[in-house]
Amino acid sequence: MSLRLLSLLLALLVAGALVSLALPWPPIRDLLGRDQGLAATIIVEIRLPRTLLALIYGGMLGASGAAIQALFANPLASPDLTGTTSGAALGAVVTAYLLGFSAPLALSAGAVGGAFAALLLLLALAGPRAETATLLLAGLAISALAGALTTLALALSPSPFAFYDAYEWLMGSLVDRSLAQATFAAVPAIVSAALLLRLAGPLDSLTLGEEVAQSLGHDVRRLRLETICLTAVGVGACVAVCGAVGFIGLVAPVFARRLGGGHPGRAIGPACVIGALLLLGADMVSRIAPVGRVLPLGVITALLGAPFFLWLVAHMRWRLSR
Amino acid sequence: MSAPEPHDVVASDLALPGRLDPTALTLRPGELICLIGPNGSGKTSLLHALAGIGQPRGEVRIGGVDPRSLPPALRSAYLSYLPATRDIAWPLIARDLVALGDPGAGDMHKVERVLAQLGLEKVADRRLDRLSTGERSRILLARALVAGSRLLLLDEPTANLDPLWQYRAITHVQHLARREGRVVLVALHDLDMAARCADRLLIMNQGRLAADGPPNELLDSPIMASVFGVERSADGWRPSG
Repeated sequence: MSLRLLSLLLALLVAGALVSLALPWPPIRDLLGRDQGLAATIIVEIRLPRTLLALIYGGMLGASGAAIQALFANPLASPDLTGTTSGAALGAVVTAYLLGFSAPLALSAGAVGGAFAALLLLLALAGPRAETATLLLAGLAISALAGALTTLALALSPSPFAFYDAYEWLMGSLVDRSLAQATFAAVPAIVSAALLLRLAGPLDSLTLGEEVAQSLGHDVRRLRLETICLTAVGVGACVAVCGAVGFIGLVAPVFARRLGGGHPGRAIGPACVIGALLLLGADMVSRIAPVGRVLPLGVITALLGAPFFLWLVAHMRWRLSR
Repeated sequence: MSAPEPHDVVASDLALPGRLDPTALTLRPGELICLIGPNGSGKTSLLHALAGIGQPRGEVRIGGVDPRSLPPALRSAYLSYLPATRDIAWPLIARDLVALGDPGAGDMHKVERVLAQLGLEKVADRRLDRLSTGERSRILLARALVAGSRLLLLDEPTANLDPLWQYRAITHVQHLARREGRVVLVALHDLDMAARCADRLLIMNQGRLAADGPPNELLDSPIMASVFGVERSADGWRPSG
């Protein structure tokens, strides 16, 4: 990707973040005339964490989507379709509702453990260079299993309000998160995304096949483990705070590769920026959609992402049939 | 055998458990060395062991250095490996794929030179999935040659190529061995091509090196019948016995 294009994306990101802080504008405009302190508090305490979380979670989904697509050599691998986010949600629910640990660090650890287990299970079921059908079936099975176990964990929870409490979070939400919560997602996600960026070269070498990557000096087993661990840590920490958000990890890498010459590893950086932009946009749509209430974020990303997924499947089928 | 020269590739006790018995080998620059053997005889395993694929045992030295211990940025100057499979997971632009063969340098002049040497200038800007099988095979060969590695390990470099490009590709590889002093080991199934182009022949059988010598001597010897079950006649190769 050219420097000019990356600069444009980054400029869009900054502009989007500023718009996100100001949106919806009329209440803030009215408050600025009457009580500037309250307006500042709303922006810093409510809108800033929401905007930061959209940037961080979206960026992490984009980066990890690109990395695991490169690892599995498959454009349909993404944190949600591989069951990673479902595994993370299961880990967090078990930690909070069955084990009774609701501290942010415990939730993050539970979600990271769940995401890691889901990715290892995927690797065992689908193999390192998975056929599309095998990958999707394995991901579907893991998602279904994790979803059923999450429901079971909530049903077995001592709290009678467990389903009600968890519903909004499970659908993915950035609402009412504090700066402290944002920090719990941000630190692991930023570190993971930065370390994933360092794997861009080795993941590009995997394009040539495992054997050639080894002959070029890359430890493929270690590369696989590093990618899985970093994805689990970054995505798990974000899921613990914001719940499961789908399709960003699928869509962002596809755009990143189209803009940048097709290298799967080198797409990690641009996919991170595009993922942040997409989730920021989806969050703004959820706030300003004319339905009289704030829509769940996961619903917006699914409504935008699912048609894209269908297009991608049709496009792959068309390419294979030629 | 004479003592190794500084540019020789010296392998000792080289083995892949279950695939390749311990093998000692010295490969010299200036000659095209062809590796033949029936299916499953260990040709690819020997190339893998030399390239450091699959955790081989033993040692490989090029000028006193074991290239398999070097980091990626330095390793491609020492060795390059072309696998027999031509599958590529992502439809990269052909030129970009060739550049992946030289991760340490990023020198596009080298990329353009090897593209020209293999007649690929016109397809260099196309995506791999828009190329013919033969063009894709040449692109992958260009990827293996771009770094100018001292040791070239090429598994079936002429597979999928038409007769003209089979001739041109093997002649180019011969040139790299004889004129540029690279150590070139080429695995081939085509015995006639091995007879035509090899300066030295290695014959693999059941995971071990069964014979090593001049091609004309080995191709007319009884080892061809015992290893391949064929013998050379005036009409070409035919089943022995």
